[in-house]
Amino acid sequence: MQIKEFVAKVKSKEIDILDYTSKVLQELEKTNNEYHYLSNISKELALYLAKKVSKDPSGKLAGVPISVKDCICIKGLETSACSTILKGYKPVFTATVVNKLIKEGAIIVGKTIQDEFGFGSFCTNIGNGFSTPLNPFDKERCCGGSSGGSAGITKKSKNLHISIAESTGGSIACPASFCGIVGFTPTYGLLSRNGLIDYGSSLDKIGPMAKNINDCQTIFEIIKGQDIKDPTSKFKILDTNKPKTFAIIKEAFEVDSGIKEIILKKLSNLGFETKEISLPYVKKYAIPAYYIISMAEASTNLAKFCGLRYGLQMDLKEKYNEYFSKVRSQGFSKEAKRRILIGTFARMAGYRDAYYLKALKVRQKIINEYKKAFKKNEILISPSMPILPPKFTEIEKLAPIDTYQMDQLTVGPNLAGLPHISINAGFKEELPIGMMLIGDHFNDNSIFTALGEYGEN
Amino acid sequence: MECNQSLIKKLAKNARINLSEKELKELEPELNAILENFKILDKAETKRIEPAFHPIEIQNTMRDDIIEKSLSQEQTLKNASLKKDGYFKGPKVV
Repeated sequence: MQIKEFVAKVKSKEIDILDYTSKVLQELEKTNNEYHYLSNISKELALYLAKKVSKDPSGKLAGVPISVKDCICIKGLETSACSTILKGYKPVFTATVVNKLIKEGAIIVGKTIQDEFGFGSFCTNIGNGFSTPLNPFDKERCCGGSSGGSAGITKKSKNLHISIAESTGGSIACPASFCGIVGFTPTYGLLSRNGLIDYGSSLDKIGPMAKNINDCQTIFEIIKGQDIKDPTSKFKILDTNKPKTFAIIKEAFEVDSGIKEIILKKLSNLGFETKEISLPYVKKYAIPAYYIISMAEASTNLAKFCGLRYGLQMDLKEKYNEYFSKVRSQGFSKEAKRRILIGTFARMAGYRDAYYLKALKVRQKIINEYKKAFKKNEILISPSMPILPPKFTEIEKLAPIDTYQMDQLTVGPNLAGLPHISINAGFKEELPIGMMLIGDHFNDNSIFTALGEYGEN
Repeated sequence: MECNQSLIKKLAKNARINLSEKELKELEPELNAILENFKILDKAETKRIEPAFHPIEIQNTMRDDIIEKSLSQEQTLKNASLKKDGYFKGPKVV
């Protein structure tokens, strides 16, 4: 059942929302025991919101169960971005996007597991006390990262389920692909980041995950918009024209031949007439440019976590700097330390021009290359991921740089802040394959129109 | 550019992170492999290109200078286990 049909049934009392919410919570608990998608289930909040909706079901999302990635703040609910350094932190305010959902009658059912602060492609890099989410199609495989819990629960839940995720370099498209659902990443700035625990401030984008495209669009329409609390957020009236020109990105299809065939077949079934374009600059430089910028920004964003005021706090035996170093050494995982060190290096006097500023200039050239492609093509198409969801035993063998290479198809649009959607294109070896549609800045609705008009719902 | 243990120690000190000998040994080849991979950016021609600090044009947004209700002292201290007499308690500075 999709949101619109569900909400109509809640409004007509065909669905008793108190009863339904209780059943949803029971199902979540059962699924979570087996698959580990949620860092906590917000039973008390969900039942409180359900009571409110039962009295006033007028909202556009009356009764819709929604989970939220752990890096997005909800007042009173533990929010740690799955990092040990923030364990126990309960925000005293709620993120703008979550407030918008609650205002429309959504039922917040819990927080979802992610890679610590978003640092990962497989949702295996999580802090102490959290369990690794298992792929809904094969428990020996990962959900993808970093929004792995969001994608897993969206797929596995038998009830209507929406999850609010976040992408910095591909953290929505990757897990959406690996779990066989729809994940939408809007144009940078279209949604408020107020209440999001930052990873890379010039890259972070909140976006919805759903079982179908219509529901993704419904949620996007509600949570988008400028917010005085986020000075990088924008107000834009979005174009809804039906796209007529589609192009596949040549370099992005240099992947496993099975993945390529399934996506080309899907495009043919959709009736898309495509031509081929080349984006060599994106292929060659997007990964190093993305990682330098994201690590530089992460190293500054994570500087505030020092064992005072909230999160992990320890005995005050040492002096100032020694205390901060002690807490940070215990609270951050190895991957967080790796990214902080490289980010610090890239910003350090003597290296800043060669690394950080160079990467920012390369980002501009990458944006220019996309803009040139959009002059003749409205939608660009690529696989979401170059591989099938890997097994945990395979992930263990990967060096950090090998893991970073897995983001080769998603970092381009993320670095350029372009809207993109990952939808399921089919299956290989009974595992899902995602296809990504990328639009120009602020052409978010054109992506939905393209898929809707072509009957993909 | 070689990222040796001496440089890693300096970075860790700047970033306020203590590294064990084991971590230091593991990080050295890992960071070098990553930075080696990043070196490809040297080949990118970027003359007369301005750095893109954001992917879209961002304009300064100023809010009206109106006093608004802020967090209470109680709310502000809610997540702090280190506190005394209504203040955050921190480590010795000197």
